[in-house]
Formats: sequence, structure tokens, C-alpha cells
Amino acid sequence: MTQPQTPQTEETPARRIATDFAASHLAVAGLATLLLILLLALLAPLISPQNPYDLAQLDVLDSRLAPGAQSGDGKMTYWLGTDDQGRDMLSGIFYGLRISMLVGISTTLAALAIGLAAGLTAAYFGGRTDSIIMRVVDMQLSFPTILVALILLALLGQGTGKIILALVVVQWAYYARTVRGIALVERRKEYIEAAVCLALSPLRIVFRHLLPNCLPPLIVIATVQVAAAIALEATLSFLGLGLPITEPSLGLLIANGFSYLLSGKYWISFFPGLALLLAIVSINLVADRLRDVLNPRLQK
Amino acid sequence: MSPQLLSVEGLRTHFFTRHGVIRAVDDVSFSLERGQIMGLVGESGSGKSMTGYSIMGLIDAPGRIVEGRILLQGRDLRTLSEAQMQAVRGDRVAMIFQDPMMTLNPVLRIDTQMLEAIRAHRALGHRAALAEAREALARVGIPSPDERLRSYPHQFSGGMRQRVAIAIAMLNKPDLIIADEPTTALDVTIQGQILHEMQTLCRESGTALIWITHDLSVIAGLADTISVMYAGKLVEQGAVDAVLSHPAHPYTRGLLRSLPANNNTARGQALQQIPGMTPSLLDLPPGCAFRTRCERADGACAADPPAVHRDDGRSLRCFHPCDDDTRSTLAVQSGAPGPP
Amino acid sequence: MSDTPLLELRAVSRRFVKHPDAAEKLAALLGASVHEQVVSAVDEVSLAMPAGEVLGLVGESGCGKSTLGRLAVGLHQPDAGSRWWRGRDVAAMPAEEQRATQLAIQMIFQDPYASLNPRLRVEDIIGEAPVVHGIIRAGDKKDYVAGLLERVGMDPGLMRRFAHQFSGGQRSRIGIARALAVKPQFLVCDEAVAALDVSIQAQVLNLFMALRQQLGLTYLFISHDLAVVRHISDRVAIMYLGRIVESAPTGMLFEQPNHPYTQGLLAGMPQPGQRHTAYVTIKGEIPSPLHPPGGCHFHPRCPRAMPRCALEQPALRQIAPLHFSACHLNDAG
Repeated sequence: MTQPQTPQTEETPARRIATDFAASHLAVAGLATLLLILLLALLAPLISPQNPYDLAQLDVLDSRLAPGAQSGDGKMTYWLGTDDQGRDMLSGIFYGLRISMLVGISTTLAALAIGLAAGLTAAYFGGRTDSIIMRVVDMQLSFPTILVALILLALLGQGTGKIILALVVVQWAYYARTVRGIALVERRKEYIEAAVCLALSPLRIVFRHLLPNCLPPLIVIATVQVAAAIALEATLSFLGLGLPITEPSLGLLIANGFSYLLSGKYWISFFPGLALLLAIVSINLVADRLRDVLNPRLQK
Repeated sequence: MSPQLLSVEGLRTHFFTRHGVIRAVDDVSFSLERGQIMGLVGESGSGKSMTGYSIMGLIDAPGRIVEGRILLQGRDLRTLSEAQMQAVRGDRVAMIFQDPMMTLNPVLRIDTQMLEAIRAHRALGHRAALAEAREALARVGIPSPDERLRSYPHQFSGGMRQRVAIAIAMLNKPDLIIADEPTTALDVTIQGQILHEMQTLCRESGTALIWITHDLSVIAGLADTISVMYAGKLVEQGAVDAVLSHPAHPYTRGLLRSLPANNNTARGQALQQIPGMTPSLLDLPPGCAFRTRCERADGACAADPPAVHRDDGRSLRCFHPCDDDTRSTLAVQSGAPGPP
Repeated sequence: MSDTPLLELRAVSRRFVKHPDAAEKLAALLGASVHEQVVSAVDEVSLAMPAGEVLGLVGESGCGKSTLGRLAVGLHQPDAGSRWWRGRDVAAMPAEEQRATQLAIQMIFQDPYASLNPRLRVEDIIGEAPVVHGIIRAGDKKDYVAGLLERVGMDPGLMRRFAHQFSGGQRSRIGIARALAVKPQFLVCDEAVAALDVSIQAQVLNLFMALRQQLGLTYLFISHDLAVVRHISDRVAIMYLGRIVESAPTGMLFEQPNHPYTQGLLAGMPQPGQRHTAYVTIKGEIPSPLHPPGGCHFHPRCPRAMPRCALEQPALRQIAPLHFSACHLNDAG
């Protein structure tokens, strides 16, 4: 409450955000982990000892080997063991992370774009447009996300593109409602009135003036939602929907190993679970810190 | 008991930020007697609000009182523990803020809040406390206090809410009230009413008042003494009539001349203005902070002017005071005839 | 120079209506008395502003002066009445001309912190509109903005900065430069100096007066600060609860106020020259605009109210050359 008037300094907003972000060691650790995961995901085909999708490379005789074991033909070491199909866990995890990141980020970007368009339109034009869009949003949000995703996937079938579609359908409404709330507040501010005074077109006002000022809270939400999308995708895969068994994601790997957890072959579920945990936690750490850093009220 | 109620000596409150140290309050000293009304005047960034918060012990990290004594009836408030300070706040020293919603909880009724304020310091039965609350509301000019006690803050207008905040401040009959710009956000007519009421209340109950504001016209009608702050330092202090008619510090004189009400220039002509801007507190020039904007500054001002206490009761931080050669900038409308 | 005022508002009204929602309509069907809630923020106000004049509009919060300012600029459309620019009805103009009119009337806002887009650099804040409207070419933007910044007393080298890097006074200047960039003829200043420190206020007021001389601007200066209005205005109008109660040339209004509300405002004005006087205040508070008192809005607080005042709204009548007042007391004698 009792802060003096902060004197003006020369920093650009970007520099200030970066400096504030880096002040938390935990957040920096989260960011580093996240970047590592992204790197692994990106380079998965290059760094994996084995291509887990290629059935020809799998040898069922090598199944359920403990971490560190050698393959039957002696050509490779299974650093994290194998699952019940003979798949190398390490490769499976790399590819699994790749899918998780791909699905998480694409879903979020697409849902954000759709939600932004809907929310901004509702906020700027108001009236009946607002009512119609928001009733659609309300209906969407009143269904449990997993239920809708399950139904959609059951109808659509399997495949990465279909998962992304299902998740986008489930997530866009949340953005729309949030954007509308923020845009309604921003719209009343005097700089928007000034833009209207200057006879700028509504399109220009919405995209050049309104949109950039609604973004900071959205960046935080989007970051958190990436983690949510990844978790949702893992859940769906765990339940057997979404991706075919031959293209395992982390969820499927966990599901595969579920029955072996208590019989000593922990690694089949444990390592993919750990990878998933690391991915989600690091994203949440980054998002949390971003929220603190971007919140103007906490700055004062 | 000494007549001096409050004595602030050498107060320094610094904020340790990433960009550097902000010396929000820099060696401020003043004293207040029982029942005295002091106007603490300055513009944004001058440190006037921070001085008030420092006395109340409300400075949060990254700020800290680094030096000085705050003597309330001889007791140094800085030496008190938090528990002891809580006993003082609301009982011996009360504060009124610019936004009454900083005092009032929007989800509680007025009577609940007032009873809370009373019971925090005194063991009083429910009925007796309620009677006191009712009386307090009546004294600040709120009609039908019984009904108002059962209302919520949002059912009051801005002026009423501020009155309630004042009533709460006065509940435990404090020795000192610190009012931080309480009427700045209110209309002129409501401001007039509240100023009138505060003045009467303070005279009747002998409560001392520090009225923090940037509005010199308000101080003229209300206060006994005036202290002017600039960039964290107290640059001029003295009796209100004397300071406003014969300002000694060039900043005070510049401020008075900037007021349209007060201007010697004809309507439509340019107002006399102080050139430049308040320097950033992170980047103060060495020596007198007003140097960069003062027409009287010279090489001597590169040193920090010490506070000089003159015989006429005026205290000043300036090497080149202007009341030697200044004519009266105002005609005094009541009291003694103005100087030639 | 013709007598046609530059900007004229004829009997404009602006009402904010809250219609009963579905639940309330249901209650009404069941017999509850539920009405639309109407706030007449501006109630049949007529103002004529000749070119080159500064009209000061004074009133307390809730009187509708900000709404009237926005009606003048065109941010709000009047629910009744019309707006005339250079003798022509703006609503009847073709789209192209309406746009030109819009650019000719600009507004300076109250809050220097909320009135600048926090995401844009100063050169874009000021330079966007003139480029979009073809007043300058995109390549000339930097020079144009530099010229404007100098005109408002700021260092042109600062144009790459963002708004948050400036103080309140500097932001006010940026807002003024933004308005000037589209070459307006009329400026509505909505409490433009209220949020500024006293010493900065003097600088910005001086800037307004200098610009008036240099560019031949006309102002509608809205403020609650009588001292400021007295200094800068040629003519003053006083508003109360959506209506104009008095208007006169500045000197005449301050020396011979006619309406009791004006008299109360002037008497309560704090002056640095006054010492420990008893405060003369207007009793009571501004009534809620949802339930304005009948007849003359001011009658419950008026020290000289007559029975007639509760029943009949006084018309704004000329009581002396150029001096208008809406008070039944003027009819008595």
C-alpha cells in the first residue's frame, strides 16, 4: 500500500519483464527445464536410439527389460528399460514429449485465436452480438471438458490432428469469456475514447489498440492452458482414445505400464509419468512467475 | 506533561528499490502541540504522504524508516513493538485516507466496523459502544444515524463515506489525527462542509491534526501552521498567515504564484509558473533539490541547505530566502491590514 | 466573420436507460411496480460557442458536464436535440464530411494515465491518426511528431519512449500533441488539468492559452475548479444535475452571480487569501440523478426556495445583456 511514486526509468517493458522474471530462481529453473524439454521434443527423431513408431524395429523378445539392459542383438542399451512391446522407454519418452508439446502448443494457439476473435467481437460491439456469443460460450463451458473430448474423439477417430481439434473445441470458450471480460474494461478507458475521437476505424481500434492491451493476462492464461492441454491429452490417451497404439504418447505409455506397477516393473509407467510431471510443473512455474511479473497492480 | 504532543526529529524513510535508493522522507523535523492544526503541503513525490505513513508505522518493504525519532508525548514510536504500536494506532493516533474505501470494508456494516474500532482498544459493552458510534456519526453531520449504522458503505455517497471514516478516526478520541488528502476527490461544496466540521471537531476536542494536501487554498482556511515539502525535504515551516503572505522559500513563492486564484496577472494572461519539473527522486542533483528550477540559485546552492530556525518562528532550508525583498503576494482579507 | 457559432448544441439530451430485465418484467406482470430507470445526464441543454471563444463549463460531480463534453465531441450521440458545426447539422452531413468534422473537434482527457495507449510509443500515439487520414505521408511522421512535441514544450528526442516513462504533466502534453496532430479547430478539455500538480497545472494552462493565440483555437473548458475557469474563460456556464442554471461572461458571473447555486459555489470557493473564516456551505448533497427533485432541481438545497420552485422548472432566461439564469426569483421583481 505505501509505495512512493516510482520514478520513471529508461527500460523498455520487455527488459523489465525479463529482469523481474529472472529474480525468482525457481522460475528460471522452470524455464530452463521447459526449454530443455522443448529441445528434446524438437530433436526427438535425431537423438532417439530407436524409432518407437516403426514396428519393424521392435523386438518383442526385448520386452519388459529393466533400465540399463542390453538389447537382444547387443546393438543398443535400453537406458530406461523397455515396455511390454519391446519399445525403448527413452525413445518412447522423447517422442511422447514431442507429441505432448505439439498438441499442447497447437491447441493453445488455435483456441486462443478463436477465443480472442469471439471475445473481442462480443466486447466491442456489445448488445445482441455480445449476448449470442456469450450464450454459446456458456453452453460450451457448462459441459465437463473430458466428457466433450471423449465424445468428440469417439466420433472423430484417432490421430494427432483430431485430438487437437477436440481439445480446441473444449478450450476456446474459456479464452473467449476471459478476453471479453478484459476487453470490456479496456474499452471504457480513455485511450480508446481518444482513438474514436481521432476517427480511427473500428477494425483498427480493436486490433491496434484494444487487442495488445488485453494480451498480458492472456499470456499467463495461455501458458497455464498449455499444461492443461497436455494433461488432458495424456488423460485421453491413458483412456485409450486419441492416438493409435502404434504412436504412443506419454499417456499411453503410462497406461501400458499400469498393470506392472506393483509387480516390480515400475519403469514402464514411472519414467513417462516423471517426464509428464516435469513438463507440466515447469510450464506452471513459468506461468506463475509471468503472472506476478505482468500484473500491473503488483508492480506498484 | 509537555505541551508538545508530537515531535518528529530527523525522520528519514528510504525505499530500497532495484533502481536505487529513494529518499522519500529526508531529514524531516517538526513538532505539534495539543489542538494544533498543521498543513503538510507538497506536490506528488514530495514525501508528504510518506511522512504521515511513517508516523503511523505503515511503511512496508522495500521501505524502511532508517533514522529519526517520532516522539508522541515523549514516547518514541520507533522503539515500540508491533503489538504496542497497534495499541497506539486507532487509539492515540488515527489516520484518514484519501479514498474512504481504504478505511471501510465493503462487506461489513457500518456499525460492525465502528464497534470493531472501539472494542479494539476499550472493553465496552455492546450498547454503550453503539451509543458512542451513533454519537460520532451525528457529530460529523450524518443525518438519521440509527438507520445509517445499519447500512453498508456502498449505500453512501463519497462525501458521506469520508465522513464515516472521520467518525471512525475520532471514536477513541485520539490525540492526533493524520489526514492524507481526505477531500481531494470530493466536490468543492462537500469539501467545504468537511473542512468546517473537522475544524470544529478539532477545536472542541483538542485533537491535533496534520492535514496533508497539495491544495494551498484549503490550508489557508484551516491550519495554524504550514510545512512545505519538496523532494523529500521540509523546505519551509511557519505560521500560516506569515508563510502565505510572505513566503520565504522560492518554491513556496512559486507555488503561490502558480495558483490562478492568487495570480497577480490579469485574466487570460500567462500564469507565473515554476519552470521545469520535479526531479526524479532517484536522480536528485547534489545540494538543494530545487536548484534546477530556481531563479535565485547560484554556486552556493550546490551544498545542501541546512534547516535554519529564525527568530520569527519560521524555519527554512534556503541560502537565498526571498522574503527580504518580496512584496506581499496576497492581500490578507481578515485580521490585520496588509503590509504596504 | 459571421455570427454563426462554430459549434452549437441545440436542446441536446442524453439519457441512460436501464430497462427492466426478464426477472423484473416477470415481477411487473405479478403486480410489482417496476419501472425503467432513467438518468437524464444532460437535459435539453443548448450552448452556442463562437469561434475563438473559451467557454468554461463548471459543475460538481454528477452534473453531466463530462457527458455534455462527450456530446460536443461526438463520442456520444444525443438522444434528443442536434449538434451543429459551422451552421450545419452534423447528423445530416454525408459520411466524408462527418469524418472531417470529427477531426476538427478533439478532446483532451482528464486522466493522463488512462488516456494514452500503454502499448504504443509516443511517436505512434501522436503520429498514427494523421498518417491514417492522409494529413501527412508516412515518411514525414517523425518530423511532424517532432514539431508537435516542440510546440507543446517537450523534447522531440523522447518520441521513441512509452507512455509509462513520463510524468503526469508530460503525459498531458502528449495528449495535447495527439489532439493537435489532426489540426483541430475546437478543443474540448474535460478536466484536463484536474489531475495535475499545482505547478504543472500552471504550465499546462499557459500552454492552452498560448496555443489558442498561435492556432486560433476555440475551447470548451470543463472543470470543477472555479479559480482555473475564471482565469482561462471568456464566458462561464454553470451546470447542475443535467441543466444549465446560469451563463454569463466571466467577469459578470463572478462579480454578480444571479443563481443561488452559483452564489453558493462562489462563496464556498477556498481562497489562499482567506484566513480561518467560517465556511459558508451549501447545505445537503447533490441528489441522486435517478430521482431528481421536481421543478427546479436545486430547490431542496436553495436558501431562497419558494413554493413555485418545487412545481415548475425555471427556464433559462436573459436577465441582463449576455447574462442568462434559470431561477424563478428573477421573475418576482
